Amino acid sequence: MKSPGQLEARLAAGDFVITAETTPPDAATSEAVMERTGCLKGLVDAVNVTDGAGARTHMSALPCAAILAANGIEPVLQFTVRDRNRLAIQGDMIGAAALGVPSILCLHGDSITKGDQPDAKAVEDTDSRGLISMARQMRDEGCLPSGRTIDPPPGLLIGAADTPRDPGAGFNTDGLDAKIAAGVDFFQTQFAYDIEVLKRYMAALDDHGITRKTRFIVGVGPIMSARSARWMDANLFGVHVPEHVIRRIEGAADEKEEGRKVCAELIEQFREIKGIAGAHMMAPRGEKAIARTLTDYRIRG
Amino acid sequence: MWSMRDWSVRHAHHLARLYVVFEHLMVVVGPLVRLIGHDRLERPVAAVERTIKGTLFDCRMCGACVLSSTGMSCPRNCPKDLLNGPCGGVRADGTCEILPDMTCVWVKAVEGDRNMGGGTIALLPASDHRLVRRSSWLRVLRQRSAERAR
Repeated sequence: MKSPGQLEARLAAGDFVITAETTPPDAATSEAVMERTGCLKGLVDAVNVTDGAGARTHMSALPCAAILAANGIEPVLQFTVRDRNRLAIQGDMIGAAALGVPSILCLHGDSITKGDQPDAKAVEDTDSRGLISMARQMRDEGCLPSGRTIDPPPGLLIGAADTPRDPGAGFNTDGLDAKIAAGVDFFQTQFAYDIEVLKRYMAALDDHGITRKTRFIVGVGPIMSARSARWMDANLFGVHVPEHVIRRIEGAADEKEEGRKVCAELIEQFREIKGIAGAHMMAPRGEKAIARTLTDYRIRG
Repeated sequence: MWSMRDWSVRHAHHLARLYVVFEHLMVVVGPLVRLIGHDRLERPVAAVERTIKGTLFDCRMCGACVLSSTGMSCPRNCPKDLLNGPCGGVRADGTCEILPDMTCVWVKAVEGDRNMGGGTIALLPASDHRLVRRSSWLRVLRQRSAERAR
């Protein structure tokens, strides 16, 4: 095993896993973290902790992940290259492992110009692939890029992001292959509300041998309203919410309830698709909606 | 190697006066600039600015020029990018701890400030990194025109 986490153990066993996402609070207590995220305890295999999501400042991700770990919620700590240079990131990766974080997700991060302090400097000392190879080197070779030994090395399971899309003509998996070669153990994807596109995408990945090399945890979430579905469709990169899904939520007596139902049904469909290892549930400020979806529809990993 | 930069600091008072005249001229041609369009002028003006200020100050085109508040010594040439005074590594002879051949830009700033009559060095806020590589002149012109319009 590369990490001490349950997520890796369950992925390795071929189980269907459920992960969720939380954003650290704008509050300086560990109680605030648990107040927001505690509702997911026991319901999911791991919880991703976002790193300055939307290029906005919140409690930093590492302490938030450590608080979750100390309270019995396994974290997946997200790392972006936007706010820290490689020295800081390497230090945080070592520290994360020391604080009980077993998994990380390596990302570029939202553009600083889209955040609430757009005049700030974006660091971008490396990219997501650079993060992956740094983490892999520290874990597998037990040393820093400088060659200096880390003993014991950080046992981190390494994740990266992907976006399901319709595999049209000229489809290739070069980007995924490069990330896998750099050291990725699992992928978590952007929202996949279009099940037909997802089926075609996973089939294409299977054809290219990707699903044999890595694990795919596919993004989904309880849709809050038809309006929110339309907004995601128009504004979120790589996200397509089919019109029939939006209409269905619009026509429901309780849009929130219908949104949770859509999410639960999608997760059931994910289980049937070859190559999908789990569902990754995201809903900005919607930890409780995620928990409710899981309990109401008795979804278990 | 730093001779042009040093010359500018020695003549900081003249350059400051020249800049006041220049800024006045810019405001005068403001309507013409607006007619052509700021966006269309951005690239050519930035190129001219880079050439002139590059020669005189080793300008790094931060787009948020503060030369008038730093004795005409560009703080962007500090290897640590310090915007509010020197670090603790200035050597006894006033040179930089990282580039030993270079006099600390802040030692130069104090010299330039003295040449400008003193009291020009101001506390600078964290800079706006969206402005990097853009023309500072056009930005100032836009500000002045807006102030006038009010």
